[in-house]
Amino acid sequence: MEKKRIKKLFHPKKKSAGNGCGVCCIKINNFTVKTADKVILDDVNLHIHCGELTTIVGPNGAGKSTLLKAILGEEKHTGTISFTNANDQRVSRPLIGYVPQQLAFDKDMPITVRDLFQTCLSRRPVWLGRSRRAEQLARESLARFDAEKLLDAKLGVLSGGELQRVMLALALQPMPNLLLLDEPVSGVDQMGLDLFYRMVADLRDKYDMSIILVSHDLELAACYSDRIVLINQKVLLSGAPKDVFPDPIAVETFGRQVLVDDGKGGGA
Amino acid sequence: MMLDWLTYDFMQNALIAVLLITPLFGLIGTMVVNQRMAFFSDSLGHSTFTGIAIGTLAGIAPIPAAAIFAVIFAWLITWMKYNSRVSMDTIIGIFSSTAVALGIVIMSHGGSFGKFTSYLIGDLLSVTESDLIAIGIVLVVTAVMWVFLFHPLLMASVNPLLARSRGARALEAEMVFASLVAVVVTLSVQWVGILIINSMLVLPAAAARSVASDIRSYQWLTVLFAMISGTAGLVISYYADTAPGATMVLVAAVIFFVTIVVRFCSRTKL
Repeated sequence: MEKKRIKKLFHPKKKSAGNGCGVCCIKINNFTVKTADKVILDDVNLHIHCGELTTIVGPNGAGKSTLLKAILGEEKHTGTISFTNANDQRVSRPLIGYVPQQLAFDKDMPITVRDLFQTCLSRRPVWLGRSRRAEQLARESLARFDAEKLLDAKLGVLSGGELQRVMLALALQPMPNLLLLDEPVSGVDQMGLDLFYRMVADLRDKYDMSIILVSHDLELAACYSDRIVLINQKVLLSGAPKDVFPDPIAVETFGRQVLVDDGKGGGA
Repeated sequence: MMLDWLTYDFMQNALIAVLLITPLFGLIGTMVVNQRMAFFSDSLGHSTFTGIAIGTLAGIAPIPAAAIFAVIFAWLITWMKYNSRVSMDTIIGIFSSTAVALGIVIMSHGGSFGKFTSYLIGDLLSVTESDLIAIGIVLVVTAVMWVFLFHPLLMASVNPLLARSRGARALEAEMVFASLVAVVVTLSVQWVGILIINSMLVLPAAAARSVASDIRSYQWLTVLFAMISGTAGLVISYYADTAPGATMVLVAAVIFFVTIVVRFCSRTKL
């Protein structure tokens, strides 16, 4: 039933982050993360262009989540991140929309989808009242994912797929320069996962966004991504799926060769 | 005459104190429960023991000394939460038991433990007018801070990284919040008592959780439940001749169990 919905999912707003300019670009330069006795990320460089879905893959413990945390500024790191916008101006802190991987929050917490949007979009504390503007923005964003009906639902009762759509809608409000996604690992079945990838690819096409996705599903990653970055402490490989996955390094890392469709990724 | 208890000055003061303290507990209680900090606030209550003892020993006013001690205690624990991989339960347990032991050692020195026992139970009827002013100020400050702290804390309790991506400073907000809890707990401990103060933080919020439909009702129901328990507890304690603090907690507990039943019934019907 989710499949049927997706057809009418995306109605682009008048404003979007880019216009297919090819100029705007997120640069992650020399990211290094160390703990007292271990190097978790070693000099990672990534350039992500708008309209590109870049998928980060790598074995467990390769530092994928650490990279994500470092980009968000939650993990101490060396190196810089910069954003060049469509007018070729450099902005030091790009606006990042983040979609968490799994929400291990307390399901008993009485917080509704509306509360979540109000909390993230308005300065007026929810316990004192709601902002009309935030309410409007929430409806608009949720409408993109056909999820306005969820506005009154508590977060704790949403299905994995519904929660994913709410989180995506939230991440797009305001429209970010960089969309950072952690692929859902729990609460979403294979069909839901496929749908998730398709929504992300759709966002890339509609809004011409720069997207970084941390992935665990290599087949789906191969199918939908423009670029695959294989990391294991450092960047081992980077390029189109058809170039990365057959590479001996990738085959060795994953213990098998991931099949890549020749045509443009379109899913099943 | 139902209001004869109000003819006494000490009961009037106690009532005003209750009407100021309980909304304070109701405000911060929601986030104590959301952030799973019940054990943390409990240990804060215990730490006041040490603070009071040190204050008395050093010849400083015990409550301000205890407040400073509790704030430092709260910062240490919050900092360790973010910077250590040891389980929070263990960290809090260690800090808490050390603080209590230290407090008892200092207090019992020279057999002077007796004069501290009032802090264990608390004495609501000893509230003075200057105490009321102090509580009033803390209530106003807390309400103002709550305007700024609420969103960062709420976001962090849904997902810390999400909070970060939204520009919320979860660690800073938690530090301020922990200090706030420390100050509120220390200030109120002389009236509510170390042994039960945490229940007044946790029970109203836990009760509101089972019946609230969203965050706003959660917050206001918690304040309401806290105020009802406080007022009813005070009146009952007057007629039943019991300790007011403990009576309030019992009323709060009754409210909690009623909400559990209400929730159970509304669920089974569906």
